[in-house]
Amino acid sequence: MINFLLKGVLRDKIRSVLSLIVIFLGVMFSTIMVGFMAGIFNDFIRVNAILDAGHLKIMTRAYDELSDMAPNDLAIIGVDSIISDLEEKYPELYWTPRIKLGGLVDIPDENGETKNQSPAIGIGIDLLSPGSNQAELLGITKSLVRGRLPESFNEALLSEEFSQKLGVDPGDKITLLSSTMWGSFATYNFVLSGTLRFGIPAMDRSTLIVDIEGARLALDMDDASSEILGIFKDELYDEERSEEIKSDFLGRQEMSEFGLLMIALRDQNDIGLLMDRADIYIAFIIGIFVFLVVLVVWNFGLMNGLRRYGEIGIRLAMGETKGHVYRTLLIESSIIGVIGTVLGMMGGLSIVYYLQEVGIDYSDLLGEANMLISGVMRAQITPGTYYVGVVPGLFASLLGTALAGRGIYKRELSQLFKELET
Amino acid sequence: MGKIVVEVKGLIKDFPIADRLFRALKGITINIAEGEFMGIVGPSGSGKTTLLNIIGGLDSPTEGTVSVLGLSLIGKSNKELADLRKNGIGFIFQGYNLLPVYTVYENVEFPLLLLNVDSNKRDKMVREAIEWVDLSDKIKSKPAQLSGGESQRVAIARSIVKRPPLVIADELTANLDAKNSHRIMKILLGLNKEIGTTFIFATHDEKVMGYLSRIISIVDGKIESDKFFDRNELREKV
Repeated sequence: MINFLLKGVLRDKIRSVLSLIVIFLGVMFSTIMVGFMAGIFNDFIRVNAILDAGHLKIMTRAYDELSDMAPNDLAIIGVDSIISDLEEKYPELYWTPRIKLGGLVDIPDENGETKNQSPAIGIGIDLLSPGSNQAELLGITKSLVRGRLPESFNEALLSEEFSQKLGVDPGDKITLLSSTMWGSFATYNFVLSGTLRFGIPAMDRSTLIVDIEGARLALDMDDASSEILGIFKDELYDEERSEEIKSDFLGRQEMSEFGLLMIALRDQNDIGLLMDRADIYIAFIIGIFVFLVVLVVWNFGLMNGLRRYGEIGIRLAMGETKGHVYRTLLIESSIIGVIGTVLGMMGGLSIVYYLQEVGIDYSDLLGEANMLISGVMRAQITPGTYYVGVVPGLFASLLGTALAGRGIYKRELSQLFKELET
Repeated sequence: MGKIVVEVKGLIKDFPIADRLFRALKGITINIAEGEFMGIVGPSGSGKTTLLNIIGGLDSPTEGTVSVLGLSLIGKSNKELADLRKNGIGFIFQGYNLLPVYTVYENVEFPLLLLNVDSNKRDKMVREAIEWVDLSDKIKSKPAQLSGGESQRVAIARSIVKRPPLVIADELTANLDAKNSHRIMKILLGLNKEIGTTFIFATHDEKVMGYLSRIISIVDGKIESDKFFDRNELREKV
């Protein structure tokens, strides 16, 4: 009997192939949707954390109040010892100093006269100290367009767009005009080692990246930094642990102007609010999408069941009980649902994985946007991507079949035969 | 007269139509003996299909008693009625109602699968049934590849493959031409003669009536006549 029913499933293309295709597509799109939504949001969080906010950030209380102006005169002093202490107490995070600087990048001609000049946003990053992973973490290696990474503290990187605007190439000299930590005028010559494309329009316009030691020399910030960023080693924001570390750290700090303040990612730039709302929005969007997929799959299951009234009538006439017919319908639907769901999840997860690794480059569309949003949209495999497809794939098709089968089950047998004859 | 296989007494069947009841059968009483080759005839709406449905355990009476193959159908559960159909009754429908995705062999095999007949015996019975209806060359064909007459012959093979004591056929020639109708009736008459199955037809086809040895005429839910015919000469020929 099982073989007989199996033959029926395999030969009836609407029951097998078409059902599988509908379930496969429903599950696959649901999986992709979840992966894509999670990817976009988490990428936004990750980019913000790695580039600017950290999962935790330390600065002086005074710096925090004026942080929009990058006031390096209020920077942290004694950074090396603070980082050693942080690494010992909170080893699950990378702790790294950052110097934010504003100024002008001046391009001299062969006579030393200004050939070109433009405002720049500079970042001093720990690129060169042994064991530093900042270049990799920030994707600098992958973002290199021309030249190479800095090999000494007096070498610098510019965004490709900015270098073209200034008309400089790797190997050219560039001069940073800014102010030191102590308020005096600072000029410092770097050699351009390479150019980068971040894929983040706000950064691609006018960014200068130098090693932290180069920035310290340029701005006279010995053993100092604007901020210290803490980033979880798995790059995933652990909100609960962040709050624990923050409380622990703050409990040991002075409340003075130059006392250290630690803030978590969610405390910065309304990211907390965004995170809270995003969870609701994402759940809402995914909910609507999955509901629509459920409707399609459910309806297909229902139609498929109704289409088989004739077959069911015959089977009942031959002496099969209603319960047996009903059970076989559900078993068939379950088997097709499971196969479709597994295939759909495999298809969906493969696409999510591809989009996670490669992404979709839409930086051209971002234009002049100032947000720290990656120009490459990426999906992300999350726990949700493993189970969201089960709802439309298995439950919806089963529900459709169950309802269609229930209709048959409830019908008077003679009525079923009347329908059979028409 | 042989053993009674169908006994109907004072059968009344009402159907609700809108807010009132329509009485389709008005006190039918008949007995059908084992091995009969008989028909219930009458115009459309006379109640013959309703009577057949009740005898086949597909519908229940409003009043009266019905006993089929020694089993009273009154108050029986769906499972008990399904068992009766599975073991004792074969059905032939006007529209053939073959399962389209299965071959001729598989369609005929289906009733035996429900009875859990072992595979060797099943194969023998299926091939024999297909041979009875002269379709051995179409054994692997699908219903869509068959003509109307061939499809109805497959339906006949399916109905008799389990050798049921009773076969119920509702307007089985309605979709067939004269040649195929005669061919099918001859096959059924031959089976009736060979394996002793009781056949009950619902029909208003004159060609079918010509083969029946008993014709009960129903008009407006009541038996109008119950006549017996001598078909021995015809039986000898098949």
